Amino acid sequence: MIDHLPRLERIWLLLGTGSLVVFLIILGVMACGLGLNPPGHMHTIVPEQVKTTAPFDKPALTQIGPNEYKASMIAEAFAFTPGEIAIPRGAKVHFEITSPDVVHGLLIPNTNVNIMVVPGHVTEFEYTFKKSGDYAMLCHEYCGIGHHMMMGKLVVQ
Amino acid sequence: MSQQSEERFMFDPKDRKLILSHIGVSFVAIFIGAIAGLLQGLQRTGYIELPASLEYYQLLTIHGVMMALIFTTFFIIGFLYAGVARTLGGSMHSGPRNTAWWGYYLMVIGTILAAIKILSNDASVLYTFYAPLQADPLFYIGMALVIVGSWLSGIAIFAAYGKWKRANKGEPSPLFAYMSVATMVLWLICTVGVAIEVVFQLIPWSLGWVDRINVELSRTLFWYFGHPLVYFWLLPAYIYWYVNVPKIIGGKIFSASLPRLTFVLFILYSIPVGFHHQLMEPGIAAFWKFLQVVLTMIVVIPSLMTAFSMLATFELAGREKGAKGRFGFFRKLPFHDARFFAAFVGMIIFIPAGAGGIVNASYQLDQVVHNTLWITGHFHLTVASTVALTFFAISYTLFPSLTGRKVTPFANRLGIAHTIIWALGMIFMSIPMHIVGLLGEPRRTAYTTYMDHPIVSTWAPYRTLMGIGSVFLFIGVLMFLYIAIYLWFFAPRTEEHVDFPIGEVRDTGHNPPAIYERWSVWVILTIILTLIAYTIPVMSMLQHSPPGSAGFRTW
Repeated sequence: MIDHLPRLERIWLLLGTGSLVVFLIILGVMACGLGLNPPGHMHTIVPEQVKTTAPFDKPALTQIGPNEYKASMIAEAFAFTPGEIAIPRGAKVHFEITSPDVVHGLLIPNTNVNIMVVPGHVTEFEYTFKKSGDYAMLCHEYCGIGHHMMMGKLVVQ
Repeated sequence: MSQQSEERFMFDPKDRKLILSHIGVSFVAIFIGAIAGLLQGLQRTGYIELPASLEYYQLLTIHGVMMALIFTTFFIIGFLYAGVARTLGGSMHSGPRNTAWWGYYLMVIGTILAAIKILSNDASVLYTFYAPLQADPLFYIGMALVIVGSWLSGIAIFAAYGKWKRANKGEPSPLFAYMSVATMVLWLICTVGVAIEVVFQLIPWSLGWVDRINVELSRTLFWYFGHPLVYFWLLPAYIYWYVNVPKIIGGKIFSASLPRLTFVLFILYSIPVGFHHQLMEPGIAAFWKFLQVVLTMIVVIPSLMTAFSMLATFELAGREKGAKGRFGFFRKLPFHDARFFAAFVGMIIFIPAGAGGIVNASYQLDQVVHNTLWITGHFHLTVASTVALTFFAISYTLFPSLTGRKVTPFANRLGIAHTIIWALGMIFMSIPMHIVGLLGEPRRTAYTTYMDHPIVSTWAPYRTLMGIGSVFLFIGVLMFLYIAIYLWFFAPRTEEHVDFPIGEVRDTGHNPPAIYERWSVWVILTIILTLIAYTIPVMSMLQHSPPGSAGFRTW
């Protein structure tokens, strides 16, 4: 089927496919070797019972180790709870977040925190904040008329 | 091949009516979509405020549905009918044509139903209609009718192709017809996903027959459809590049086999890849996300092949005309011809656009860009530049053969100018979208300062540029519609028939292998790949799902 390929096209495709393979190997090493995976998790929850189910009955930032925190958060139309988070520089934060209503997102610009919040599911992701500053926590999935006002603040001191 | 013996081809008046009816609807859609695009483009960048009766997200829904779903689908089907009629014996024939009309009416009724509900603000759920946002049932029913109607369009093309194959046993089908069938095979396989979502999940749930919806499953069904959807937009543009452009530039189709291999690869690998739109979400295990990332990268290969074929065609045509030196052939290309120039600019834009697509699908890298304006910038380069510019070129090529009117030097110059305006508009809009996306501005947001958060100040200059870009693009749509209406109704009539230019295949001494026409092989392979990529994660969504979500109307 490809024996009629001109020689130049073979070279072109070899280079193209070769770079894709190299690229995929890099992604694979980052995923398997360094454990760098996008947010996820298979944990489910009843959307209507979010506010009575631990840990989301008391959504908060809790310290779980030396400079290590867990942020148990609720995203709902049109706010995050907790809406303001303060942590020291270098803190590692384990986010766990869910929604009692529609799909939301959590995006913290200038970091790799980029999480989809799907009702019925808990999304988890961890990130270490190495630079101090005023960060914004923004909803980045359309959730209704107040979507563009749905935000929180995260301060790294 | 039989198409080459037909001198002075003229469309059957019945086919002409069918094709123009589809393209007419697509023009209405692009006009409405452009108005919504201009208003929301200026609102979100802070240039204007909307009246209280008009919501940003309503405009965004109109823009997305009209441009991404209605303009594209109607235009593509009209274009495919034209090429099928032209290359398969000169006519669609009455049987397939009747099916085609049924498809048309269903799609028009569906579009009107959906449009009514969007305009009454009962369906501001954007063109991805993610549950548990719950629109009015008529919106979903309208969408279902559009899908079912498009299936009839596919069946009409299959029927015309089957008729030709029976009359020309053992012969390879004309390339245009082959590619049209491939495009529709892709479309029918992928729309099954969204049809299941709409008919079995969204409609019963919005009517209140069931209380809850499996949200993650609905998203997965949508994106099973949503990625091949972008190839459904792209493949007709590729057909024009592969089949029509060689004739327009006075060259030949580089190969009869390679384009077929390209399209087969698109059928196989554009479907089992939808998870790369869902990399950031829960409920899908990392392994399956990664597997689909790998499959996504494979679909880059047929586009690399297309790039090679295009340049080879250009070079051969240029050398034929006496071009010297390594790149001398470029100067022989008819850049003064809008039918070529618009498509050529689309091809150039596809280079950065495709590279951006590889970034988006790159698993960890997607964390930087997912759901930011980078993504919006990406698909305004792909569908709204590469594909749309090619569709504009197709219009300039197709209209004279349909209406018997000629592209006057004036219309041609306007077409060149329009292409430049469009490209400038996209440069002003899409490049800033990419940059501001990297800086963290989310997509799909009305104008906001996020309570004067300092980060927004870094976005401000890019917003200014995006607003200017949207004005350029609106002017571009008006110019295009002006040219199209001129060519349709007012341009001077030609003395002789104008052919719909179909390229001839360069004689390579090889006929395409018969395996390419064994559609059952490709369909079965596609189903196997899809089952491998989706069975286990979908089973897990069914077995380990939360109880599901009630509907919400948050707009």
